[in-house]
Amino acid sequence: MQFAHIPPLAISLFSLLATVSLLFSFVMLGSRWISSYLFAFSGESLTIAVLSAAVAYYGGFPELYLIAVLTALFRGAVLPFLIWQIVRSTRINRELHVMLQPSTSLVLGAFSVVFALIIAVRIGAQMNLSETIIVLALTIMLSMKLIGFLILTLRYEAISQVLGLLVLENGIFLGSQLLVPGMPMLLELVILFDLLVVVACFGVLVRYLLRHAGSTNTLQLRKLVG
Amino acid sequence: MLHTTLSLMLLAPLTAALVALLVKHPRVAEAVNLMASIIVFACVITLPFSVQSNIEFLDGYVGIAPLSAWVLVCTGIVYLLASIYAVGYMRMLDETPRLPRFYALFAAFALTMLLAPLMNNIGLYWIAIELTTLVSTFLIGFEHEAEAIEAAWKYIMIVSAGISLALLGTIFLYWSGSMVLGPTYQMTWAALQAIGPQLSQPVLLLAFLLMLIGYGTKVGLAPMHNWLPDAHSEGPAPVSVMLSGALLNTAMIGIVRFLAIADAAGIGPICHAALIILGAVSLLVATLFIVRQNGVKRLMAYSSIEHMGVIALGFGFGGAYGIAGSLYHMLNHSLNKSLMFFGAGNAMRAYGSKNIGHIRAVAARFPVQGLIWLAGAIAITGAPPFGLFLSEFSILRAGFHSVSVWAAYVMAILLIVIFIGFINQFRRMYDEPAEDTPPAMRSLSLWCTVPMAMAAAPLLAFGLWWPAAFWSYFRLIVSQLGAGL
Repeated sequence: MQFAHIPPLAISLFSLLATVSLLFSFVMLGSRWISSYLFAFSGESLTIAVLSAAVAYYGGFPELYLIAVLTALFRGAVLPFLIWQIVRSTRINRELHVMLQPSTSLVLGAFSVVFALIIAVRIGAQMNLSETIIVLALTIMLSMKLIGFLILTLRYEAISQVLGLLVLENGIFLGSQLLVPGMPMLLELVILFDLLVVVACFGVLVRYLLRHAGSTNTLQLRKLVG
Repeated sequence: MLHTTLSLMLLAPLTAALVALLVKHPRVAEAVNLMASIIVFACVITLPFSVQSNIEFLDGYVGIAPLSAWVLVCTGIVYLLASIYAVGYMRMLDETPRLPRFYALFAAFALTMLLAPLMNNIGLYWIAIELTTLVSTFLIGFEHEAEAIEAAWKYIMIVSAGISLALLGTIFLYWSGSMVLGPTYQMTWAALQAIGPQLSQPVLLLAFLLMLIGYGTKVGLAPMHNWLPDAHSEGPAPVSVMLSGALLNTAMIGIVRFLAIADAAGIGPICHAALIILGAVSLLVATLFIVRQNGVKRLMAYSSIEHMGVIALGFGFGGAYGIAGSLYHMLNHSLNKSLMFFGAGNAMRAYGSKNIGHIRAVAARFPVQGLIWLAGAIAITGAPPFGLFLSEFSILRAGFHSVSVWAAYVMAILLIVIFIGFINQFRRMYDEPAEDTPPAMRSLSLWCTVPMAMAAAPLLAFGLWWPAAFWSYFRLIVSQLGAGL
């Protein structure tokens, strides 16, 4: 997107919103309670929805208003609700086994942000980008990706892993709002729908895990090796 | 005409899935799925004749090119063979009440795999690949044993995480294109290949690497292969065949088409090198696990990783020989993996065990199917006179003429080790004395053995004779991909 004609105040707003959503993923990384994962995920999605609306208003992409409403509705409300249903039916509300203490995970998260920043700055330098907002968008996109992978590797509970996957998706979505706001609507709609199906599939699988494998703790999934 | 063929090809499995779900009768579900697979086969076999260039439908969102037509042919063959085999195999499972659901999922899985190569928009292709994952997860977990659910969970988790990297790559690709074509444009493979020289190289390189890791996870390239042996060994045998023979090729074309864009943009050498490294690592990992393997279906699964490694090497080496060899390898792999997984499924049912140690004296107990399975084992290692020998030979030839000669040497050595390891596993199953306990089953139905012969015959024919028509079609695909280096 071209940022030359956008007022500096709006760019500061974009930066603020993007940074706030990155903070929410740190909340998820540092917590052991599944309910706080859910609230943080919902907060992150709502922040991204506000960002979409802001980009729509200042950047002149009216179709992004619809995306913003759908993001708030689906990512902010429906997905957390569906996952809450799974949590209630399996009666698991916290992470029992942790590989690392939350403080150590947060430090790792900070390192991944630094790593993402280095990559983003290098790409920016190679492309002679003048706008720092693009470097910021790249940094946040890549660091949310890395934090999502951290959640996936550091958590054993099946539900937390599903949320880790959703953080990966949120990172991509946030970045795409700033880098390519003009992407055809069809794609964004299909990706939203796809997320819904993914979560529904995970819901079914988590119930199977509980019924047939006896636990939703993925530490128990050790039968198949070699 | 082409329009009708493609619609029929997609409508047949869709109808089969719906009928199987609605009628809820095991025999009806079986029959409609079989019918659908015959219709699909009849449709795809005409595609190479009618598709000589890039044809687009529906505002460019859907399209068919010779490359996708070729992959559709492979998918159609595997779907037909697997559907015939499923009739016999699924009746042995004691799951009769759940069979309609199985066939509905099976036809839906085939539908998603037929859909993916037709997606001309790179974003839609991503969605189609994601859909194949969602449907096949439930096929892998169909038997509801703890192991099957574990395999399904690992599959959906690892592949979804991997494929999200491909989505990130897609966004970067769109971004690099938007600097040339403006903020809103139709992101098709051909459009981006055409503007290749104007694309921003650093962004495109990042996008390619992300896509390579993302779709590479789905293709089963090491070190992202961890889900593959579990998924292929725990699903019912017809599902393993579809996963191995059809799905891996479908995900591979994403990488190949992106490689053509990278070539056009002038970052070809580094991208080809990345693909070659992943291919060589896959071969190495597969070799190590094939030599010391105890599960008969896991043995076949690691061989799938090996074959995908060979195909990745072929496309990585590039040139007419490399690309043609890889395309021929795709077809041979589809036929051969069908044959081998059918044999493994039969042996598993007949001896009541997945363990190679419990499968003994196959030739003495099942002479006909034992002989075909043994022929398949010789073919799978790339020994003459079967099709895989010609395709692997052609890829090696491309390798010795490419810049990455080291990879060709690695490939040649590892293929020899795989040959020894694989034949040794079969020696154990055929030659070592039988245990006292007789096999659980005396004979297998024709539904289970005929598809093995149906796969073995063309495999032998394609090994003795590489049809000239294939060559000219491969040359067409090579010219569309921009010759690859």
